[in-house]
Amino acid sequence: MTDTAVNTSQMQISDEVAISIQNMNKWYGTFHVLRDIDLTVQRGERIVICGPSGSGKSTLIRCINALEEHQQGSISVDGTLLSSDLKNIDKIRSEVGMCFQHFNLFPHLTILENCTLAPIWVRKTPKKEAEETAMYFLEKVKIPDQANKYPGQLSGGQQQRVAIARSLCMRPRIMLFDEPTSALDPEMIKEVLDTMIQLAEEGMTMLCVTHEMGFARQVANRVIFMDAGQIVEQNAPEPFFTNPQNERTQLFLSQILGH
Amino acid sequence: MAQDHSTAFVRTQEIPPAPPPPGETGAVHWIKTNLISSVPNAIATAVGIYVVYWLLSGLIPWIVNGTWVTNNIRECREVLAGSGGGCFSVLTERYAQMLFGFEYPSEFYWRPSLAFALLFFAVPPALFPMYLPRWMLIATGLYPFVAFWLIWGGTILTPIGALAGVMVGYYAFTKLDKYGFAAALGGGVVGAWVVWQAFGMIAGGMPGFIALEAVESRNMGGFMLNMILGVVCVSLSIPLGIVLALGRQSSMPLIKIVCVVFIEFVRGVPLITLLFVANVVLAYFFPPDSNIDLILRVIIMITMFSAAYIAEVIRGGLAALPTGQYEAADSLGLNYAQAMRLIILPQALKISIPGIVNVAVGLFKDTTLVSVISMFDLVGMIRGPILSSTDWAGVYWETWAFACILFFVVCFGISKYSQWLEGQLRTDRH
Ligand SMILES: Nc1ncnc2c1ncn2[C@@H]1O[C@H](COP(=O)(O)OP(=O)(O)OP(=O)(O)O)[C@@H](O)[C@H]1O
Ligand SMILES: [Mg+2]
Repeated sequence: MTDTAVNTSQMQISDEVAISIQNMNKWYGTFHVLRDIDLTVQRGERIVICGPSGSGKSTLIRCINALEEHQQGSISVDGTLLSSDLKNIDKIRSEVGMCFQHFNLFPHLTILENCTLAPIWVRKTPKKEAEETAMYFLEKVKIPDQANKYPGQLSGGQQQRVAIARSLCMRPRIMLFDEPTSALDPEMIKEVLDTMIQLAEEGMTMLCVTHEMGFARQVANRVIFMDAGQIVEQNAPEPFFTNPQNERTQLFLSQILGH
Repeated sequence: MAQDHSTAFVRTQEIPPAPPPPGETGAVHWIKTNLISSVPNAIATAVGIYVVYWLLSGLIPWIVNGTWVTNNIRECREVLAGSGGGCFSVLTERYAQMLFGFEYPSEFYWRPSLAFALLFFAVPPALFPMYLPRWMLIATGLYPFVAFWLIWGGTILTPIGALAGVMVGYYAFTKLDKYGFAAALGGGVVGAWVVWQAFGMIAGGMPGFIALEAVESRNMGGFMLNMILGVVCVSLSIPLGIVLALGRQSSMPLIKIVCVVFIEFVRGVPLITLLFVANVVLAYFFPPDSNIDLILRVIIMITMFSAAYIAEVIRGGLAALPTGQYEAADSLGLNYAQAMRLIILPQALKISIPGIVNVAVGLFKDTTLVSVISMFDLVGMIRGPILSSTDWAGVYWETWAFACILFFVVCFGISKYSQWLEGQLRTDRH
């Protein structure tokens, strides 16, 4: 991140609701992972979620595209209610892109095939058109020249950028990131964050679980702190970092910013 | 590193590689490092050379002095007169029986032979898809029907009806896919069944319509029978094994239980008992007048048996995939069938290749077990009609060596193919 980059947290966001989570609860067996989650995300908002390990951050964003099932309350994405109805799940998944900590590229397919697979099979895009779109997004994440290699031949940072491009090829309206940089070597973190910043500048609605506080300050317009399955505190980055209200937030921030 | 600009001379061409010092290459070097590098190694080499010598000193005279032209074993003994040669006349005289059994009409030997030759056109498009155009898979798809017609004969309406049923079933399946998998499968099965019934009636009405002379199943024998069982059962048990492996992973308890019970039961039972069951018991499960023939019953049993093993091999492959692959497929909006077909199975099957090939090779060799339920496959032919005939009683070495060679060639080919395929599919960093 350079000093000259725009601070996207000042960007305008619309008042259209992208994601609305109401009174949502989730259990793993008898273990109550998520408690009474209420969260509304406007279109164009960029939200960073942080919190200690095991606090349920991943579980929360995985509920949004139904990778995990919630037991109580409601989640709706772009006005579509997430229920056990498979039609709704497929609709929501095709509008929500997701990037994982370990990239989860398909190792048996080339980079280009990774990017065209879902558009061709889910969106029924003609192959040629899907390839053009894929090349467009691969150029955007700055790796068009690797298109015919296999994921195993790329560095971690390159793989994560491919994973982002792969999601973008489905033209999602919302992007979820689950610790996209925490499996990367330090010198590769920047290239992935730059890609994400670029995405934010274009107005993508983003929910991002990360501990990159620099990224949160620069890009987010809201930071959410979770602990023990609850949203403990949420605020704009400036007040969140300089003046945390809850003592658990204070403790957490002092731990991760302390060194 | 800082660059040194004061360098006086920079070589512009690479120096050609110098030859290695003498004594580091060539035959002498190879012998030194590989055969006699230490005293124990030298002893092992000497023992090895002796064993090879001992084998060849028996084998070569047996082959070179052997006779190929006598009419029975007594003539063999006279001709050989203790020279240690083999009585290969049994092969010259009986090879057709070993290959086709003793009841397949000899004037029709060309039919299974042609079916065998066509195998070399039908199989490559499926095995070498990266080198051959996709449309050649048509040959693979048509092969079962053509081969059936050639080997069993009868009116051409039978294989055409079978093919039409498959096509109608598949068409119905794809059309109904949007109403869910169960509807599609049900529609496909019903569609195929209706067409089969219709063609069954038509074919029954005019059995002479473009007909090859029919040969009954019980007249199949020799290595041809092993090949029929091997090819049919391998090609059926792989898809069935995949279905069982996926079923075992299913989140639907009923499907899961059925698959687990099936797999565990079949794996806990010796194949030979299943074959006895096929021989006597299985007939009770079919309508009394349906007269399902023995080959079909045996095919069902062997297929079930190897499918259970293949399912376990594939389950191992599925378990080896990180859950991230499933999640990535889900998050991109792929449905279950797409995720399995495009993401999960290609990777799981790749991991499973060595295991599947193991099962396939084992299955092919196990087809010889049908000799125990009095079918005359290659082993049954040798054990029965050939060795118990007065002409050739006692010609063990020559006949069994022939059987070994036939099986070895096929099995060795399969395992070479699998090694090649593994190399082709390797996409990780090298
Ligand atoms: N499949 C599961 N079955 C049972 N418990 C689970 C499962 N997945 C996660 N958990 C538990 O739920 C809690 C929340 O997990 P989650 O992965 O959401 O945490 P997180 O905030 O993302 O942590 P981290 O920062 O380590 O990724 C943890 O205590 C975890 O042990
Ligand atoms: Mg997590």
